[in-house]
Amino acid sequence: MLQTAVRKGKKSATKKTPHERFLEAFRWMLLARTLEDKLASLYRGGLITGGVYIGRGQEAVSVACGMFLQKGDIFAPLIRDQAGRSAFGEPLVDVARTYLGSRQGPMRGRDGNIHRGKPGDGQLAMISHLGAMISVTVGALMAKRWRGEKNFVGLTTIGEGGMQTGSTHEGMNIAAVEQVPLVVVATNNHYAYSTPNEREFACADLVDRAIGYGFEGYTVDGTDLTQCLDVIGSAVKRARAGRPPQLVVASMLRLGGHGEHDDASYITDQIKAEPFAKDCLKCAEKVITDLQLASPETLKEWRAEAAAQVDEAVSTAQKEAAPDAAQEDWCAISDRQLMDKPE
Amino acid sequence: MSITYLEAIREAQAKLLRDDERVFIYGQDVGGAFGGAFKATKGLAKEFPGRVLNTPISEDAMVGTAIGAALHGMRPIVEMQFADFSSVALNQILNNAGTHYWRTNMPVPITVRLPSGGTKGSGPFHSQSMESLYAHYPGLIVMTPGTVEDAYTMLIDAVAINDPVVYCEHKYLYYHLKADKLPTESFPIGKARIAREGRDLTIVSYSAMLQEALAVAEQLSREGFEIEVVDLRTVKPLDTDTILASVARTGRLLCVGESFPWGGATAEVISRVTTEGFHLLDAAPVRVNAKDTPIPYHPNLWSTHRPSAKSIAAKARKLLRE
Repeated sequence: MLQTAVRKGKKSATKKTPHERFLEAFRWMLLARTLEDKLASLYRGGLITGGVYIGRGQEAVSVACGMFLQKGDIFAPLIRDQAGRSAFGEPLVDVARTYLGSRQGPMRGRDGNIHRGKPGDGQLAMISHLGAMISVTVGALMAKRWRGEKNFVGLTTIGEGGMQTGSTHEGMNIAAVEQVPLVVVATNNHYAYSTPNEREFACADLVDRAIGYGFEGYTVDGTDLTQCLDVIGSAVKRARAGRPPQLVVASMLRLGGHGEHDDASYITDQIKAEPFAKDCLKCAEKVITDLQLASPETLKEWRAEAAAQVDEAVSTAQKEAAPDAAQEDWCAISDRQLMDKPE
Repeated sequence: MSITYLEAIREAQAKLLRDDERVFIYGQDVGGAFGGAFKATKGLAKEFPGRVLNTPISEDAMVGTAIGAALHGMRPIVEMQFADFSSVALNQILNNAGTHYWRTNMPVPITVRLPSGGTKGSGPFHSQSMESLYAHYPGLIVMTPGTVEDAYTMLIDAVAINDPVVYCEHKYLYYHLKADKLPTESFPIGKARIAREGRDLTIVSYSAMLQEALAVAEQLSREGFEIEVVDLRTVKPLDTDTILASVARTGRLLCVGESFPWGGATAEVISRVTTEGFHLLDAAPVRVNAKDTPIPYHPNLWSTHRPSAKSIAAKARKLLRE
């Protein structure tokens, strides 16, 4: 069974054989897909309040983001990074607790869905304002450098939509000025909510921005797990070795809506026929089958294990108490002596 | 030997850098031999190498970087070149730093210094007072020191506080306000101070308007009135108890703030006093703010746009007659 607890003692992804690494990545992707299918179904059944935002189709990019990070690294994921979050060490039950509003979750019902993290463990908690977490990651890396830590990197993700904010521009620039060991993985999933690429940016290729910021830039086919592991893994390695900040731009199609409330009817048939519209999970499974990396029985077993893990996480969270407004202290600062009392 | 409000801010930062290795200063032009647009960090980059850092003109990223560093054990001080430019960093201050403790249980100990308020000829984009805007949002402490002593001790306190602090320092006071020496003890954060005792009228104020209020009190004393002046020191938290106690003594309330009139610190004070101490009032409370227009460039306009001892005294005299 795949351990979704803390990564302690886990064999580094860089030390595995390519096949071992591929299979591990596939299993994280499978787990993320299974979990997110379950979340979508809970949402449709009215059991999740708010929204559900999933990474269907983006698992290959995301898992590669999480797999090469180690304890002591910083990961600032965004909304389509379930696979990467799990690979970095986020327990499944934290996801279920946050979506279902359990008091025992990391956000305790105060925030929900993908706005979660454990900053003390290096998992920064995203805000919805895109690009904001880039400079926060830069600051975390500067602090580590000041404190004399060695051999660490930070990785943050963004989409082609988020790349167009001022915050992203400031964050990328300051990362290069400070020369921190940062990897920015930007996934062009071809839509910012409903807006297609041609209304998002006008440059020939987003990776061309790397040189403008003083980053080293690479592109990757986001539907191809082998490529994602190679390109993102190498970028992490280069950042760790002290090279300038790294930008990786992946291309794929978001296989669904912006969230589960969105039927994505604006995604055209023409774009669905593009090579980048392939499902990365199916592609990875085909590689496994073609190269006979695992038997059909093993694949079946992995699916059953993923389903069992997801069921366990969800049923645990479902049994837990929801937050209670009467017991909430309604204090937004840690120093209660300094709490303002308007009433 | 005397020390200015600006020198007190510089000395506080020197002490912080000396005493606490977690502290660093991050902002435009703060480093090198330059020492900041107003010289609040003069000489500090040389004295503390690698800890007083120039940044690109990127207010959003300056604060974002400070947040990340604070989450990993540092105590950053961000200097905005002018308070007005902190609007570019509103998202990081309000939505990231301000929500972080509530969401994750992990506070963000950053201090953002805002050179605030109007000076002659500074115009709409180098004159703003933004304390009311920051106080509106949850999760932040908003300091508005109006004396040299508070400028020094409150900045030291700001860095010690585990929560994000917006420290509004007034540019007009930088050179105009002087004290004989730096204090060795601080007044508690969150407590307002009775800056002058009186029994006829309470003027609640803060930052540079405190000095205007004290001038008015002095002027009206020659007309036979004893004015009590309350210095809020922090607009958030707001020390309602000290204000109510003062209004209980005087029965009349005038609030003065330099920020724009719609909502804000003065409106909040009046709201709390009328809600919690309506019976203490002998007359309807009054407030004086800047006008509801952008801040004008020409001194002829600016001197009327902002509250002054003259305009405050006129309102005070009227209120005293009621």
